[in-house]
Amino acid sequence: MPSGLQSVEDTRAALAEVGYLADESAALVSFLAARLGKPVLVEGPAGVGKTELAKALGRATGRTLVRLQCYEGLDEAKALYEWNYRKQLLRIQADAGDGGWERMQEDIFGEEFLLSRPLLRAITDPDPVVLLIDEIDKTDQEFEAMLLELLSDFQVSIPELGVVEARSRPLVLLTSNNSRELTEALKRRCLYLWLDYPSAERELEIVRLHEPGLSETMSRRLVEIVHMVRSLDLKKPPSIAESIDWARALLLLGADDIDEDVFRQTLSIVVKHRTDLDLAAERIGVKLSDGLVAGRAPSG
Amino acid sequence: MPPARRPLRRAGRDLFGGLPSAGPPGFAPRLIDFAEELRTEGLALGTSELLDAFHALDEVAWTSQEDFRAALAATLAKSQGDQRLFELVFERFFFRAPERQAVERGLSEQRYGGEERLDAEELRGRIRDAIRRGSDGEMRDSARLAIAAFGRQGEGSGVIGVDVQRIRRNLGLKGSAELDPAQLPDPDTVPREHLRAFERHLRRELERGLIERTRSLPPAKPLATLDRALPGNPVENLAAVHRAVAQLRRRLATQGSEQRGRRRGAAVDIRRTMRASLETGGVPLHLKHRPKKPRRPELYVLCDVSTSVTSASVFFLSVLHALHGSFRKLRSFVFVERISEVTEIFDHAKSFEDVSRAIASDAGVADVSGYTDYGRVWLEFLSQVADDLDPRSTVIVLGDARTNGRDPHAEVFARVAERAARLFWMNPEPKLYWNYGDSVMRAYEPHCDGVFECWSTQQLEGFARALTDVRTR
Repeated sequence: MPSGLQSVEDTRAALAEVGYLADESAALVSFLAARLGKPVLVEGPAGVGKTELAKALGRATGRTLVRLQCYEGLDEAKALYEWNYRKQLLRIQADAGDGGWERMQEDIFGEEFLLSRPLLRAITDPDPVVLLIDEIDKTDQEFEAMLLELLSDFQVSIPELGVVEARSRPLVLLTSNNSRELTEALKRRCLYLWLDYPSAERELEIVRLHEPGLSETMSRRLVEIVHMVRSLDLKKPPSIAESIDWARALLLLGADDIDEDVFRQTLSIVVKHRTDLDLAAERIGVKLSDGLVAGRAPSG
Repeated sequence: MPPARRPLRRAGRDLFGGLPSAGPPGFAPRLIDFAEELRTEGLALGTSELLDAFHALDEVAWTSQEDFRAALAATLAKSQGDQRLFELVFERFFFRAPERQAVERGLSEQRYGGEERLDAEELRGRIRDAIRRGSDGEMRDSARLAIAAFGRQGEGSGVIGVDVQRIRRNLGLKGSAELDPAQLPDPDTVPREHLRAFERHLRRELERGLIERTRSLPPAKPLATLDRALPGNPVENLAAVHRAVAQLRRRLATQGSEQRGRRRGAAVDIRRTMRASLETGGVPLHLKHRPKKPRRPELYVLCDVSTSVTSASVFFLSVLHALHGSFRKLRSFVFVERISEVTEIFDHAKSFEDVSRAIASDAGVADVSGYTDYGRVWLEFLSQVADDLDPRSTVIVLGDARTNGRDPHAEVFARVAERAARLFWMNPEPKLYWNYGDSVMRAYEPHCDGVFECWSTQQLEGFARALTDVRTR
């Protein structure tokens, strides 16, 4: 294996080094993916670091990250390959007159005229890469079916060219927000990883890692409040990235305690919907003003 | 005195079923047993997944239980629901396997004998501190201590759940959401997560004691429907509901199509007959019939959203949501005391959360008391909607038929049933509870084309299956 991931511990350490604190199962599945050469399907709520895991893996193994962002209506031409029509046309015109049709046909369907899109690029790169297929649940089932050949055999069939085989084995991560059920065939080819919001302790470590300037008590309090906000029934619960953003903002503001005022002023960093804002301000703002949130010593 | 008819029961064995046979030795058969057990719990597990699992186990250290479990989980369980199921089965399977070995080899553990005297208060304090610290091994030890001290010296009642509760009561501990031990408000509270873990340890140690005493494994029970459901998040189950509803739709849409092949349509298609007659010089020799169109089902769904079905109504609403995704001709109503049409809400709001929020805020179905009044619901339905019912319409009622002692108006319901082609009732309560208390299922049942108990997706699938049977009856 080209990657330096020798054991689960190793993987976790390598990921931590590049700024990603993986939990036990995330480290283990990444390690297995590298060893077995199987794609990983990562599911979980938005903002728990699914995409970040792929980026971190890229950094940890020193591979380039090839990213395919999925959306509704994504097709082969955008994901896999496309013939460069304009160049083909130019070639035909430049050649007009001499040379038979046969020769020309062979000529214009050569690799020179092929535009590689992310998927093809990922397997034809001489150095192994990390391939991230983001939000696979946004595409339709036909696209999934197209992926199957790539994911199980690491090859692509192009009618005019034949089978293009992988020059290197990419490390493949697929992420899904669970907005629709993926097909059994796709799941069968993947390892599965469910990422959830981190426990308070782990999130505290994450905040500390990214914002070491923030004081210990402040970070602890921040994480507690973020967890409380998540437990509300919100349209969009705050992600890990947002709690880091919040930590950064508090640091810049020079706040030394999160009281009701600070909370209300900076709330829009973690909560992004109008109705959510009202709900969070109401529920948590009140708790803060009463000093009910632990972590703040009752000052009398 | 008559001779004793029953021989004395041999110790434990008959009661708990003794030891099941062990099967061939080695690790691979165990893993296959495990996969088999997962399959019986409903996980779709292929051979390729099993092979992956073996490959994955080659790569990780078996000495770490966490790694071993996670490697199997990543290869065998491929959705959040499946992972939860996996966890439950893993826990059960790999608890039973070593226990069986222990019984077979006659191993028993040296338990705390009480050489060192502790008074109850001190013991309680020790256990509480252990739970607060939350270390796994320490909690297990203290679970044993607790059993020895408060569990009537390991005899117990024989029912593990009862023993766990009694020990917890004796310890007098309270759970709290607070994580930082230093911030706990009063001395008897411990972090809730840790308390739950402690209870798990208690349960497990009690079970272990029971196995050791009776020298047999309790029979493996299939997981209860409630256990396997994801805790408190109905939205995760939405996919399963959608699957079942898609099946339902196929069933409803293909019904009647079997007639298409056998019997041609009765109506002559003049245009096509004339066109065909050109071949025979204008003489219409071959009659062309108009093809019979498959019946487009028209659905009317009535959903009870009162408090007596709170737990079920989330499920029902998700069923309704899924139905709206699949059927074009569908009108939906929610009711408590009165009825309210919510078709529009479903048509506009796409996500399930939006829908439930909209219904909760402005459906306006609870009037005065907030108690369900089925009689009034039928009266309103009949006067407002029933004119639209025709022999093509199917009415589905989702509710528990608990009228809170009010008049069920079964005769009105009968008229609704007459108007509609078919009427089905899905009740979120087990059949056992029907007609007890204020449930008036009996009054409605004769007018329905089918009544079903329905509180899980499995039963929903059952309903989809039964639909076809009802027609052939």
